[in-house]
Amino acid sequence: MDVNALQGMAVGNPWYAIWPELSLGCLALLLLALEMILPRAAHGRIPLVSIAGQLGILAALAFNFSTPYSAAFNDLLMLSPQGQLMRVFFLISSIFVSILARRSLSWQRVPRVEFHHVVLVVAAAMMLLVESRNFVMLFVALETVTVGLYILVSYYRSNPRTLEAGLKYLVMGALSSALLLFGIVLLYGVAGSPGLAGRTGDPMQYAGLAGFLEANPNNFLAAAGIVLVLSGVAFKIGAFPFQIWIPDVYQGAPTPVTALLAVASKAAGFAVLVVLVTEVFAPYAWLVGPVLTIMAAATILFGNLAALKQNNVKRLIGLSGVSHAGFILLAVVSAAREPMAISAVYFYLYAYLIASFAVFGVMTVLAGSDDTEQELSDYAGLAKESPFLAGVLACGLGSLAGIPPFAGFMAKLFVFVAAFKAGHFGLIAIAVAGVVISIYYYFGWIRTAYFSDEAAVSPKTAERARAGAGLSLGIALAVLTLASIVLGFYQGPLWGWVSGR
Amino acid sequence: MSAPAFDPLLLSIAAPLAVALAIALGLPKRWVVKLAYAGFAVPAVMALGVWWRFGSAAKEAHGYAFLSRYSTGMDQFGIGLKLGLNGISLPLFVLAGLVGFAAGLYAIQSKAERMKTYLLLLLVMHAGLMGTFASVDVFFFYFFHELALIPTFIMVGVWGGRDRTYAAMMMTIYLTVGAMLSLVGLIAIYAKSGASSFDIMVLRDALASRPLGEVTQRHIFGLLLFGFGILVSLWPFHSWAPLGYGAAPSSAAMLHAGVLKKFGLYGLLQIALPLLPFGASQWSHTLAVVAAVGNVLVIGLVTMAQRDLKQMVGYSSVMHMGYAFLGIAAGSVLGAGGVVMLMVAHGLSVALLFLLSTSIHHRTRTFDMEQMGGLAQHAPVLAGLFLAATFASVGLPGFANFWGELPIFVALWNFSPALTVAALTGTVISAIYGLRAAARVFFGPQSKAFIQVASANPPSDIGWAEKLPAFVLVATLLFVGIWPKSFSAAIDRALTNPPAAVVASR
Repeated sequence: MDVNALQGMAVGNPWYAIWPELSLGCLALLLLALEMILPRAAHGRIPLVSIAGQLGILAALAFNFSTPYSAAFNDLLMLSPQGQLMRVFFLISSIFVSILARRSLSWQRVPRVEFHHVVLVVAAAMMLLVESRNFVMLFVALETVTVGLYILVSYYRSNPRTLEAGLKYLVMGALSSALLLFGIVLLYGVAGSPGLAGRTGDPMQYAGLAGFLEANPNNFLAAAGIVLVLSGVAFKIGAFPFQIWIPDVYQGAPTPVTALLAVASKAAGFAVLVVLVTEVFAPYAWLVGPVLTIMAAATILFGNLAALKQNNVKRLIGLSGVSHAGFILLAVVSAAREPMAISAVYFYLYAYLIASFAVFGVMTVLAGSDDTEQELSDYAGLAKESPFLAGVLACGLGSLAGIPPFAGFMAKLFVFVAAFKAGHFGLIAIAVAGVVISIYYYFGWIRTAYFSDEAAVSPKTAERARAGAGLSLGIALAVLTLASIVLGFYQGPLWGWVSGR
Repeated sequence: MSAPAFDPLLLSIAAPLAVALAIALGLPKRWVVKLAYAGFAVPAVMALGVWWRFGSAAKEAHGYAFLSRYSTGMDQFGIGLKLGLNGISLPLFVLAGLVGFAAGLYAIQSKAERMKTYLLLLLVMHAGLMGTFASVDVFFFYFFHELALIPTFIMVGVWGGRDRTYAAMMMTIYLTVGAMLSLVGLIAIYAKSGASSFDIMVLRDALASRPLGEVTQRHIFGLLLFGFGILVSLWPFHSWAPLGYGAAPSSAAMLHAGVLKKFGLYGLLQIALPLLPFGASQWSHTLAVVAAVGNVLVIGLVTMAQRDLKQMVGYSSVMHMGYAFLGIAAGSVLGAGGVVMLMVAHGLSVALLFLLSTSIHHRTRTFDMEQMGGLAQHAPVLAGLFLAATFASVGLPGFANFWGELPIFVALWNFSPALTVAALTGTVISAIYGLRAAARVFFGPQSKAFIQVASANPPSDIGWAEKLPAFVLVATLLFVGIWPKSFSAAIDRALTNPPAAVVASR
């Protein structure tokens, strides 16, 4: 092959541009190498190496935060401020997942290092997923994420419920990938067809496809493809009617993995959705708008109503997460008419991350060895046994419920303001009803933790609550709670950051 | 507008919060109570200070004084912590300071379990109250209200009496619905005004030059009326109030019924009426009828049927809110001014009644009025204070309540004589239940149950720890009752100058 041609292609491959992904990959390999090199007694330290490494990458990312828009790898990837935002998001998520996993794995007889390894790989793949501007790149990154999650979901393989969750996630994940792929193929086929105006030589590329869609704003095949792609993404974010897998999988998966699914995987879906809706599918707003509007309304109502009667907290948090997906969809819908809505999406995601990990942290501490059976009644009397854990839980749930002075309130406020400016009054009414319903189950949980009588405290809970969170998880929970409160009072830095100012 | 070196308004919010933070971080036990005194006293002192200086203070647009603004990094949304007082917020700010002080003193002398957490929550609530009425920014007005509301739920749920879990849940759901509706209404004003600011002064200017369309005004006012109305226990959304107050620990009930509940009325007066004058005029007839028939007459009769002292006080507070709604519906400067006076007077008197009912409960071990009687022989000072509170609540001249109800009745007469008759009937009803309660509890023969309790545990008169907070409240009631101009001058100026949109609505 011609050396010059190879050089020419390599010029478009700025490897340094994806240094966070590469470092995560190297760190993941390092963990495996350490497991082979180090004596058995020192294996307990390997997760700490993982956490320290991720903190290092996070710090480096913070110092090199501002990036101009620039395409890389022959336009497969786009490095954008939003991409940076999501990189930080996924890193923070994976750090907290690692911290939770240390605690959760200590009760299980399963290999430890591989878990941390897979988490890192998934985090790196999510970053690539969000940065991709090409459907092939998107699909490969998505499958990397999903395959990693297949492993993680069924990680506690001695528990039948976990295996069930793994199988369900596998089947549903395959279905969603198939839908997505079919949509991509339809778009590829129609955008490359020579008979149509604006056809493009590279229809996998977002930019080329966007040009084609602009030239053919009423093509039936393209519309079908768009709906299928949206359905594939809707699986990831757990939007109605593609939320069916959520309760079972969330319940069966190990708690740290549930957190990863609920926060990072969902956020990745939303970041992709925002890019698709604003950059690629914009000419089809006549189709995307109504589809997402109906989806948002149904998601909010379904999530909240289904969560109302749950007694298993993992199912509860899963279904409440569905309703949060609905609120974020409301912002995505508004993005077509109100640019501020995009910033509202990212702010909401961060507020959701902070609040969710606080709740998941408390769940991990109280879960014990059987991770799948966590009932609301296990939280009875938590406030008396451990005021710290109960306080973290109350702040986290308060933020999820969207009550001042927590960050979750600001997030909902921004979404409502954006929706109002975009004129989606009906959706706002549904969202308000959703908030009121959600208060019932969130406060029901807090009530169990705070207001129940002495007699109700189960010995299991008492023992675990007294054992406490431990140092690293304790610090993590304190930081999350503090962040929730501070962002409720003083949103300046985060808002400036998500709106790119 | 920069922040002054000494900002009494910010200090009155920050002091209780700082003490609460110190308690949360594990302040040694002997310091907790001492610092809590400071946390409750600083806002009261600041409130008295600004009351004293308000008349001579430099006024800026819309009659606001003591203005300051602190950026919270949300300037591009027009959100910022802007503090200031005008003639409508000054009386409520003073009310919040004084009732908060009294409730704090009463909480410190009570023997609540887990005192540290109790005081912490009460301090957060106090800070929220001060912030609510000092905020010129609508966003922070709402924010501080919620900051005060959350501790209320927890205090009812943890330290409450009978049915506390149920009551806490019911209050939470009702008040969240109300808060969410009003939030949507406020966002609607923000989005529709085109001013891109939550600053009420900016909003007023913007909407004065470009008023909202009539349909929009009607819808938004309706949202705000229902939202705020639920928060103020507008009939038929009142059922949370007696239940919640019946279960709440006394200091929480004092602060919520006395001060926090006024948030809704204050929101209607300060935000909804001036910004949406047409909407207000569209809704005023419905509001007046509902308030007169529902809140005043129906609830008045319900109140008469109560045997439980605390429930009775709770229902009576729902009933008196009816007068406030009538004043708002009347839509004149006189009516609106009367509402502000009534809010202050009712806040002081209902807080006093809740305080005294708990003191009575300590002596009789029951809230059931059938099982009391003759307590005046044992506790004459308590009896005197309770009578004073009852007279104030009934609206006898000499107490501040009189100056609230009288202007409302006069304004209402111009609005609708028939409704005025209904409202006046309410005064008779409230005199009946108030005086009958005083008679049952303190005078007449002692019931068998009370004789048993009294022999096992002879009741004493109230000591200084209970007297002091009660005296603070009674003294303010009398002071305003005898010299109403101390507030009415400021209220009058706020409502008539600038040419109030309130007038335009009629």
